[in-house]
Amino acid sequence: MTTTATPVDDRTEAPAFVAARRGYWGSVFTRLSHDPITIVCAVIVMIILLAAVFAPWIAPHDPYKTSMLKRLAPIGTDGFLLGTDELGRDMLTRLIYGGRVSLFTAIAPVFTALVVGGTLGIIAGFVGGRVNMIIMRTTDVFYAFPSILLAIAISGALGGGILNAVLSLTLIFVPPICRVAETVTTQVRNLDFVAAARATPAGTFRILRVHVLGNVLGPVLIYASSLVSVSIIIASGLSFLGLGVTPPEADWGLMLNTLRQSIYVAPVNAALPGVMIFVTGMCFNLMSDGLRTAMDVKL
Amino acid sequence: MLIYILRRLLYVIPIALGVTVVCFSLVYIGPGDPLSSILPEDAPQEVIDRIKAEYGLDKPLPVQYAVWLGKALIGDFGTSIVTGRPVLVELGPSLVNSLILAIGGAMLGFIVGVVLGGLAGYYHGRPADRMFTALAITGVSVPHYWLAIVLVIIFSVELAVLPSLGMTASGSTEFTFSAENFQHLVLPVIALSVIPAGIVTRTVRGAVAELLNMEFVEALRSKGLSEAKVIKHVTKNAAPQVLAVMGLQLGYLLGGSILIETVFAWPGTGLLLNNAIFSRDIPVLQGTILALALIFVALNLTVDIVQATLDPRIKR
Repeated sequence: MTTTATPVDDRTEAPAFVAARRGYWGSVFTRLSHDPITIVCAVIVMIILLAAVFAPWIAPHDPYKTSMLKRLAPIGTDGFLLGTDELGRDMLTRLIYGGRVSLFTAIAPVFTALVVGGTLGIIAGFVGGRVNMIIMRTTDVFYAFPSILLAIAISGALGGGILNAVLSLTLIFVPPICRVAETVTTQVRNLDFVAAARATPAGTFRILRVHVLGNVLGPVLIYASSLVSVSIIIASGLSFLGLGVTPPEADWGLMLNTLRQSIYVAPVNAALPGVMIFVTGMCFNLMSDGLRTAMDVKL
Repeated sequence: MLIYILRRLLYVIPIALGVTVVCFSLVYIGPGDPLSSILPEDAPQEVIDRIKAEYGLDKPLPVQYAVWLGKALIGDFGTSIVTGRPVLVELGPSLVNSLILAIGGAMLGFIVGVVLGGLAGYYHGRPADRMFTALAITGVSVPHYWLAIVLVIIFSVELAVLPSLGMTASGSTEFTFSAENFQHLVLPVIALSVIPAGIVTRTVRGAVAELLNMEFVEALRSKGLSEAKVIKHVTKNAAPQVLAVMGLQLGYLLGGSILIETVFAWPGTGLLLNNAIFSRDIPVLQGTILALALIFVALNLTVDIVQATLDPRIKR
């Protein structure tokens, strides 16, 4: 491999460099495949995600069909693998369907915040000066609120509903992502190779895309992935308070709330939705840790 | 040092002002008029206008903000739409109750975190480290409101040894220290402490493992100091970082206890906020969030100053 020494600057270069270009991501992938914890977590998350997507085909019952006779059936009841809830609806079905809203309200805000916060952070770091000051001082204000409090306050003022929950969560994730992106961009901007790129005919946009984005994306992605587990806990917390989805929609946080009245009758059923939040959040957390180690990113 | 404190104070003022702007805007991001929750739908226009003038809502927004801020500065957060009592009167006792929970949770989390994190860092890479690190990850991933429910199921429903609801045995909303009332503290404090415990464990572990690798530790050991003395040196060096994390966690607990307070029907700011949200009692919502955010800002400032006192390298 003599080509590895060649500086692979332009990522759209001829396919002769395929082996060299796959070097970094190839090694990341190799390291990930030797990390059993990350693989197990990824499999669990995939199962939950696929189950949620294909819920109408997988779920054994109708998620909204109530039955007064079969209320709070214990786990293992015939036909109801995980029992039934306080209105006699099948728990397994509702947990599968609940993944739809719960995962959406957990992932959508992080993704939106990644785009918005990442862009703002790169602009602040790359342009610097007054623009930097305005953007960063504004994020400082949002740092003055404990994140759960801000999410509750905003969705409380906006009123319930999935979109309002997503909006309020997005708002609390933009500042921290923006801060990480700004820090890394500022570091990269002052490096020699950016100065060298400026000396070439490369335009600002090209420098941003190739040199800045190429270096900033990794750390920011890792950081954002670590926020997903926070997001799932806060998002479910909002529905737990009654600020997320409205009944009879299935959602883990909301199920946890409505089953809370039944803890004396069916304690195991009442605890089940929380297990889903816990397992999913934990898997995202461990996956993010594994990815961070594999990509060798320090934050 | 004095200059450092003054500079930090100056830096805090614009942030505190920004916080007030955010709190003030909360009224206007919601659907409908701020008055829609107290006025009947068929109210005649002249009544609406009169009430608007009474509340100052007929003036332009910046003027409204200035008036609101001026009043807030002297502690006047308006009156609750639901109870008609001043917001400050509603807020005071709730804040104290939340503080009791937050301080309890922070203390427990701190003790557990320092012990587990210290052991994990000291036995870096060994089985004990892996076990405590796994525990720490569990701690930060667990939805604490769910843990609260699980604790209630175990200790109140199944074992029936601890109360599941309320703050005091008598049902009073004023906390007095007695063995009975202490029982009411146990479950919420444990539920609140898991997240700070996990975060402190991670921080302490990282700090201790890094410090033990440093040359000065080797120098201390080769000088023949006992292991206990070495640990003392490491503790001193790790303290500023750990205290900073802990201070922030206390702030998070104060703001984030709303979910735990809901589970245990604890009469703190969380319950106050919850009621304010569902009755659309905007003055209470605004006042509570402003108070909590300002406490958080003050706490951040204190942490920075304490940290700079302990570690002079920080004040550049």
